[in-house]
Amino acid sequence: MRVGLFIPCYIDQFYPQVGIATLQLLEKLGCNVHYPQGQTCCGQPMANSGFKHLTGDCNRLFTEHFSTYDYIVAPSGSCVLHIKDHLHVAGNEAAATHIRQRIYELSEFLTDILQVKHLRAKFPHKVGIHQSCHGQRGLHVSQMTELVAPPFSKPRQLLELVDGLELVQLDRADECCGFGGTFCVFEEAVSVKMGKDRVADHVHNGAEYITGNDVSCLMHLEGILRRQKSPVKVLHIAEILNNE
Amino acid sequence: MDTAIKDHASLAEQFNTDEPRVNWHDETLWWVRQKRDKIAWTIPEWETLRETASRIKHNVLGNLHQYLLEFEQQALKNGAVVHWAADAEEHNRIVLQLLQQQGVQRIVKSKSMLTEECHLNPYLAANGIEVVDTDLGERIVQLAKEPPSHIVLPCIHKKKEEIGDLFHEHLGTPAGNADPQFLTAAARAHLRKEFLQSRVAITGVNFAVAETGELVVCTNEGNADMGAHLADVHIACMGIEKIVPQRRHLGVFLRLLARSATGQPITTYSSHFRRPKPGQQLHIVLVDNGRSRQLGREDFRNSLKCIRCGACMNTCPVYRRSGGHSYHNAIAGPIGAILAPNLDIRQYADLPFASTLCGSCSNVCPVKIDIHQQLYKWRQVITQEGQAAASKTAGMQLVTAVLSRPGLYRLAGRAGRWVMRVAPGLVNNRFNPWYKQREMPPPPHSSFAAWYKKNRR
Amino acid sequence: MNSRERILQAVKASQPEGAALPDLDALAAPRPVDLEGYRKVTESMGSRLLEIRQESEIPALVREYLPGIEQVVAVNPHWYGGDIPAGWQTGDGRQLQQADLAIVKAQLGVAENGALWITEQELQVRVLPFIAQHLAVVLAVEDLVPTMHHAYERIGDQHTGFGVFIAGPSKTADIEQSLVLGAHGAKSLTIFLKV
Repeated sequence: MRVGLFIPCYIDQFYPQVGIATLQLLEKLGCNVHYPQGQTCCGQPMANSGFKHLTGDCNRLFTEHFSTYDYIVAPSGSCVLHIKDHLHVAGNEAAATHIRQRIYELSEFLTDILQVKHLRAKFPHKVGIHQSCHGQRGLHVSQMTELVAPPFSKPRQLLELVDGLELVQLDRADECCGFGGTFCVFEEAVSVKMGKDRVADHVHNGAEYITGNDVSCLMHLEGILRRQKSPVKVLHIAEILNNE
Repeated sequence: MDTAIKDHASLAEQFNTDEPRVNWHDETLWWVRQKRDKIAWTIPEWETLRETASRIKHNVLGNLHQYLLEFEQQALKNGAVVHWAADAEEHNRIVLQLLQQQGVQRIVKSKSMLTEECHLNPYLAANGIEVVDTDLGERIVQLAKEPPSHIVLPCIHKKKEEIGDLFHEHLGTPAGNADPQFLTAAARAHLRKEFLQSRVAITGVNFAVAETGELVVCTNEGNADMGAHLADVHIACMGIEKIVPQRRHLGVFLRLLARSATGQPITTYSSHFRRPKPGQQLHIVLVDNGRSRQLGREDFRNSLKCIRCGACMNTCPVYRRSGGHSYHNAIAGPIGAILAPNLDIRQYADLPFASTLCGSCSNVCPVKIDIHQQLYKWRQVITQEGQAAASKTAGMQLVTAVLSRPGLYRLAGRAGRWVMRVAPGLVNNRFNPWYKQREMPPPPHSSFAAWYKKNRR
Repeated sequence: MNSRERILQAVKASQPEGAALPDLDALAAPRPVDLEGYRKVTESMGSRLLEIRQESEIPALVREYLPGIEQVVAVNPHWYGGDIPAGWQTGDGRQLQQADLAIVKAQLGVAENGALWITEQELQVRVLPFIAQHLAVVLAVEDLVPTMHHAYERIGDQHTGFGVFIAGPSKTADIEQSLVLGAHGAKSLTIFLKV
């Protein structure tokens, strides 16, 4: 199985350790992983800001880099959702379609494709899961509390395989953290308030770590935690699942 | 709140200067969302109901022309007078004429978001007619000279002490009494007088049945009924999208409406007005005001399925923390943000951006409007029509230039991280909205791409 | 062209391809009436549910549960032992402003949400159940249906000028979401369920 590793731009630049953990985890689980050099961004920052018409070059670049893999995996639900919903390339639509159908967010790739039942991972801490909206409501990696439907959570399913890890129950299981792409700067006041409230929920329920499958949300929550000088830390789910 | 600034972000920032109040607002509405969840779970076929409701409305949108004709024909047969208003102005003119024919100076009105949308009250006031809003929440905001901040809970932004003060000033209740029970009793006494004196009553309409020509009005307070049954003239104002095909379809909507709105099994009163009572006049004003235009927009026509339950507001994490007035539109929240740009794209260009696109709104919507998808689509339309700020456009063009050129991207990333390490002050300053209340991520020495080059290939 | 024609023309030009109406049969399929659920839901809506065998029990129950009631308007005079103001049916409705209690009959009740279907045939004066300070409704247990779908099946094409589902006393939670009974309509609802 040839897996193309997609490391979104801000993870590449600010959270290389998340990319490394994702790579190592996939390799550990027997995947033949390749990271195509020269990849940049999925185009989501522009599209969500109303500038979808500017994403043509990003789409072309993305399709060139990832069209030959069996699967494309990324440690970010939001970027994966964007590709799934919006990747189109005039003149290369077959390749774009292949990618749209074959791209997975890391945790759903582990549960649905690799069907991971055991992990060599240890993390003896209390952990709160931040359900990022695009992964949850867009990719359905977890059930949504709004729906009258049986609950499930792919990240939870994976974290329950980790030795010593204790999941904390939140008061609001899947409320948005307020990152929202450029929303985080154009609507700074509400964005921060939403982030503070998410953080408070985790802290109040005893989390030592907040994890999730979207680094963008985690970056936002981390920025708030660090400003508050809180001892609570954030880790991407790959970093926990890869921790031995 | 200073609503002279018509921009969601600034109004929301203003709202957030009082954090305890934001917490209170957020928690009150979250409680309503929880009540909705709890009651939805008592209906095993809840999701089927939502799907059914959505499909009924889909049928309505596709056959609206025929249904409107059928409704009109039935309504006339029932003895109602049907008026057609192309826009808000015509709606207001029609209502004014009816009131002038009756020679009244003061009338009662129950909740109608349509009349809010048309700004009927100020129009009538300018023509010497005082409207007394009779829904308690609406009466409260009316006394406070404010617009409603929520379509179902008009004064959800007001504390009881503020309401106590308003009642003391306007209704003469004792100063300092802020007991909801007492204040409601005072409003009951005050408004009963209005009901008994008013010869004309205006109501909104929740559903209009094409098959029978009847109007369904839902309230908990009974104010629509008190007004309409005591008046010589009942004027019912409705948007043309309120039509449902047949009476039996009401069963679907009435099971969803109150459960979605407030977590109640049904509103206290679901009144079906078909014929005027003997000697009474029933006027129905059918209003377009942009609805036929929205119907023609494939990406946005589903917004016309809305039954005005307010569930999307209660669940919206942005609405709960920015308050209804920050949307500077008669209808706030996610649904308001997809309806408003159709009315005036320039004035409401900010609203589709007042969202994180989290998608919770679409999941609670009883008629399954793809609200967050429409927010995304409105953003594209707004930008394409040149309504985005020039600075934002320039910024986005720059970002695009960097992100679509791998070499430039590598260089910019390295340079950026270097700057953040050696001169953090260049980034961590008051001109950076991120840094105002959040730390920047600590800049690593190497990117993932560089690490991979060194360690794998 | 007048506004009517303009609107209709614009709607015709804009409306999408018509889609079929969904089938409601599954939702309206017969199911048992959940009497226990009905009791719970009426309580949760702030109503009082009293079981009776015959209407003659009503006056005593009124005196017991609604003390201090003076003027009573019972649409069927046999339901109430005391005086009913003469001519209450004639006038524009304002003649009922002194009514302390109205006693009316419901055509049917909905077990799932506690709603009672009452039309102007039963009311005689439309404003009666709203203007009276308190409301009592007589409902036969065999007139309970499971859900709103079943209610509308029963109502069918009944031609009534005015009909209303009433599901409790008038209420509001507009002040800080504190529930207060007795907004503009009846302050209490008593259901006499005839079993």
